[in-house]
This record gives sequence, C-alpha cells and structure tokens, in this order.
Amino acid sequence: MTVAKTVARKVVLRFPHRLVDKPIIYRLVKDYDLQFNILKASVTPEEEGLLILELSGSKKSYDDAVRYLTGVGVELQPLVKDVFRNEERCTHCGACVTICPVDAFVVNPKTRVVDFHETKCIACALCINACPVRAMEVRL
Amino acid sequence: MTKSIAEINEKIAKGQAVVVTAEEVIDLVRKKGTAKAAKEVDVVTTGTFGPMCSSGAYFNLGHSQPRIKAGGGQVYLNDVPAYTGIAAVDIFLGATALPDDDPRNRSHPGEFKYGGGHVIEELVAGNDVRLVVNAHGTDCYPRRKIETWINLQSMNEAVLFNIRNAYQNYNVAVNLGDRTLYTYMGVLKPRLGNANYSTSGQLSPLFNDPYYKTIGVGTRIFLGGGVGYVAWHGTQHNPGALRTDKGVPRRGGGTLAVIGDLKQMSPRWLVGTSFLGYGATLTVGIGVPIPILSEEILEYAAVTDEEIIAPVIDYFEAYPQRSPEVLGEVTYAQLKSGSIKIKRKQVPTASLSSYSRAVEIATTLKGWIKKGEFRLTEPVAPLPGVESGIIIKPMQERPLEKEG
Ligand code: SF4
Ligand code: SF4
Repeated sequence: MTVAKTVARKVVLRFPHRLVDKPIIYRLVKDYDLQFNILKASVTPEEEGLLILELSGSKKSYDDAVRYLTGVGVELQPLVKDVFRNEERCTHCGACVTICPVDAFVVNPKTRVVDFHETKCIACALCINACPVRAMEVRL
Repeated sequence: MTKSIAEINEKIAKGQAVVVTAEEVIDLVRKKGTAKAAKEVDVVTTGTFGPMCSSGAYFNLGHSQPRIKAGGGQVYLNDVPAYTGIAAVDIFLGATALPDDDPRNRSHPGEFKYGGGHVIEELVAGNDVRLVVNAHGTDCYPRRKIETWINLQSMNEAVLFNIRNAYQNYNVAVNLGDRTLYTYMGVLKPRLGNANYSTSGQLSPLFNDPYYKTIGVGTRIFLGGGVGYVAWHGTQHNPGALRTDKGVPRRGGGTLAVIGDLKQMSPRWLVGTSFLGYGATLTVGIGVPIPILSEEILEYAAVTDEEIIAPVIDYFEAYPQRSPEVLGEVTYAQLKSGSIKIKRKQVPTASLSSYSRAVEIATTLKGWIKKGEFRLTEPVAPLPGVESGIIIKPMQERPLEKEG
C-alpha cells in the first residue's frame, strides 16, 4: 500500500476583481480535498482580493488545485521565508508603502523616513520587485 | 533690499553667510516676515532625490594598443550597450539602456534588474566593469575586438550628463482600470488602489525659483554627491505651463540639463533603479542653491507644500493615449498626508522621490556653503522663461508614402 504524499504550503493568492465573490475556496475544499488555514485576507470591494493561505493535502490535489487557480485567473505565489530590508540600499522613497498588504512600511510624518516593521511582515514578497532600488530582499 | 551674488560669495568666503534649507526658510519667514528674513538669509538650499530617466554619462576610454575605433561599432559595459556614434574611444551610456539579452517584458511584468543606471552606480562605487568593444577595423585603428576590465580611474573623462532632470512639477499617477499597471510611476493598483507622486515638493529646486530668476546656465549645484553645473534647460522644458497666482507651475513646467565630473560623485546619490514592467533608470540626487538677492526671491523660496498643486492623471487610459484629461488637482500637503480624495474615493498615496534624502541633500549643500567649500556662480545665460513663449509640442505624424 502506498501512502499519498502530503504537502503543506503557504501561498499568496491574488484575485482579480471579477473573482472576488466567486466560491473559489469552497472548491478547493470540495473538489480538491485540501485543508486550509487563512493567515490573512483582504478584500476591498473596489480592489483586487488578497488571500494568504496555508493549504495542505495530497501533493497531487495540491498541484491540481494550483492548476485550477491559475486557470481561472488567480495569481498564485508561494510565501517566502523571510523578507528583510537592505538598509544601505533603501532610499526611503516610500514606493512600498501602498504595496504592502499589512502596512509594514510606515512613513514618519515628520522626518519622512520610511520605517519597516519586520514583525508585521507576512513575507508575501509583493514589495521585492515593487521597490525601485530593490532594497527588499528574501533571506534564504 | 537687494544683494548681489558677489556680495554673498564674500560672506561665504568669510564664513559669515547665513544659509538655510528650503524647509527651514518656511518657518523663518513665518516668524520674522519676508522683509526681515530676506535681509538675514543669503542662500536657500534645495534638494531632490528621485528616479530621472534622461540621465547618462559619457566616457573617454583611452586608446588601446594597437588602437581600436569603437565609433560606429558596438560597446558594452557589463553587457549594457553604450552609444558609439562619436569619435574612436568616446562613448555615451544612457540610464535606461538594457543588455541585448534582457527578457524585457516578454514575461510581463519584466524585472529590469540591471541597466545603464546600474552600470553608472557601479562605476561611481569604484567597481571594475567588463568592457567589450566590437569594431570594423581600419588602417589607423586595426583592432576589431577588445575584452577588458575598466574602472572610473582608468578612464580619461567620465562625465555625468543628464539632459532632463529636476522636473519642476509632476503628475500624480493613478489607475482607473481593472488590472494592475506597471509604469515608470511605479506599480499602480487597479480601481484607484493607490496614487504615486514624484517630487520633493517644497524642497524641490525649481519650485523654489519658479520663474528661473536665479537658476541659469552655469549655476553650480550639488550633483550625485559631488559638484556639478546646470548645462542648459532640460528637454521638454515648458515654462508656459499653467501656474498658480504665486507663479508655481501646476503641471510639468521647467526642467534642467545638468553636468558634472562623475569621478567625484558617490553611489549614495546615483542609484541604479528598476521599474517593474517598465525598465531600468537612475535615481539622481540634485541640490541647487538659491541666492536671496531680493525679497521677491525669498518669497518664492519660502513656498510650502500647501501652495504646490499637482495634477492627478489616469495611467490606464489618459496618459498612454495622450488625452489631456486631468482627474483633479491636489496639493503636496494632501499627498504627504497619506491619502487623497479622487472621484469620492479615499486613495492612499506613495512617493517615488525620497523626501528625507532631499532634506539630506539640502543640508549637505548648506554645510558646504557655510564651510566656504562651495561658492555660488553667476549664471552665464538665463533659462527660457514664460516670456520665451516656449510650449512643448506633441509629435505630429505624417505618412511616409507621398501621394501621386
Ligand atoms: S520602496 Fe524600497 S527604497 Fe523605497 S522606501 Fe520602500 S524599501 Fe526603501
Ligand atoms: S513581504 Fe513586503 S509587502 Fe509582503 S508583507 Fe512583508 S513587507 Fe509587506
């Protein structure tokens, strides 16, 4: 008897507006037999939806579910381990402030210095390529 | 009250000049009034630190043995192509140049990790850079190929020459569409998800001298951490832009072309930059000193973020289609508050230009002047002003096929 290989992955899902009210997570459970843990969800009525999940189940159903998700137009990105800021490189422009879904970047209203609150960061990696000088890095 | 630049320079030489930043002058004028403050203050220093695409540098590589004529051939610096359409070993490297094999936007949005701006940053940092030259070979320049390491010190001239920097004002970019946009104004989230702006407002050089009364050709400036000069007005200089009652442009406005010896600049103030889905560029630090020659000039230099207005432009439809539609106007004070209201929606704002580093530039320049290390220059020619009647022209396309 072979035991199906199981996986548990943390992933960032980005939904375009048209999918926000579709029962996608329900299908992950029902059709693909995955279990999920919501780590963070933000769906504002006028923007795209953002969901950070831990998905677990058999490797095969996980792979099928990923195919299903990307097929319907959900952008899927694995959650990286740890994100940090290269302090030497950061210019404190502030471009990351509206990119981060959990407000880990805060502009000091007086000095305009951009503080990075590492403890808030959920390592979704959205800021990595959005930072114009690429000061945000993934620790491997 | 009037002063001359020569008088101010005498005070600088004696270490007696009163120098304040464009931020400090605001409080000073509030406390003392314009007349008194104008008498006291000799120089107001400004600063800006943001991505500026029309930047680049020219180099003289020195002659190899045997000689090679790069002119008309191909030159690469760390795989980034430079322009060779000039003499044998002179080349120009633009900030937005990309390696031939960069995937660009083939898989959208492209990352644009390394381009001309990054090469400039590495050179300024003192790093060795891989030079490859392919040439056609001539009787006087027989060599056809060179591959070697070079650095800034091994070159004869290395000159930063930016043909458009320090835009007087700039658009606030938003996205009315339903997909994320990847632009030179950063990542714009759909349905007014964010609003990006890119000037240092009350600290920005041309906001503090809106009619170019002191800044002209030959003005000595802080450039990339060293000393540079205003070479000319920048491309797309548009003095005829719509202005407020106090003369502050409410649209793009004026620009500067600047030049300076790259060898004395620093990688802290010339930073290779990558706009996701758009391209590579260079973030440039510029600071311009404004001599307070009269009360009027001080009044301009005391401009505040509340008095500076920028247009909000949709980058989904209006900008790419060059439609003149402006969604609204906002002040820099509103932009810096963290959100603005557009179409009855509260939209979070973000800056692409670093205000805190602009403060650092203005403060550094202030220090140089106070220590007597930096003298002011008399412009040798003015920048075209409102009276020039210059208004930027769009392209008029004409079919290449002639009829009949
Ligand atoms: S976008 Fe990058 S450089 Fe700008 S403040 Fe954020 S981390 Fe720093
Ligand atoms: S990875 Fe970047 S965008 Fe994502 S939560 Fe952390 S700081 Fe915010």
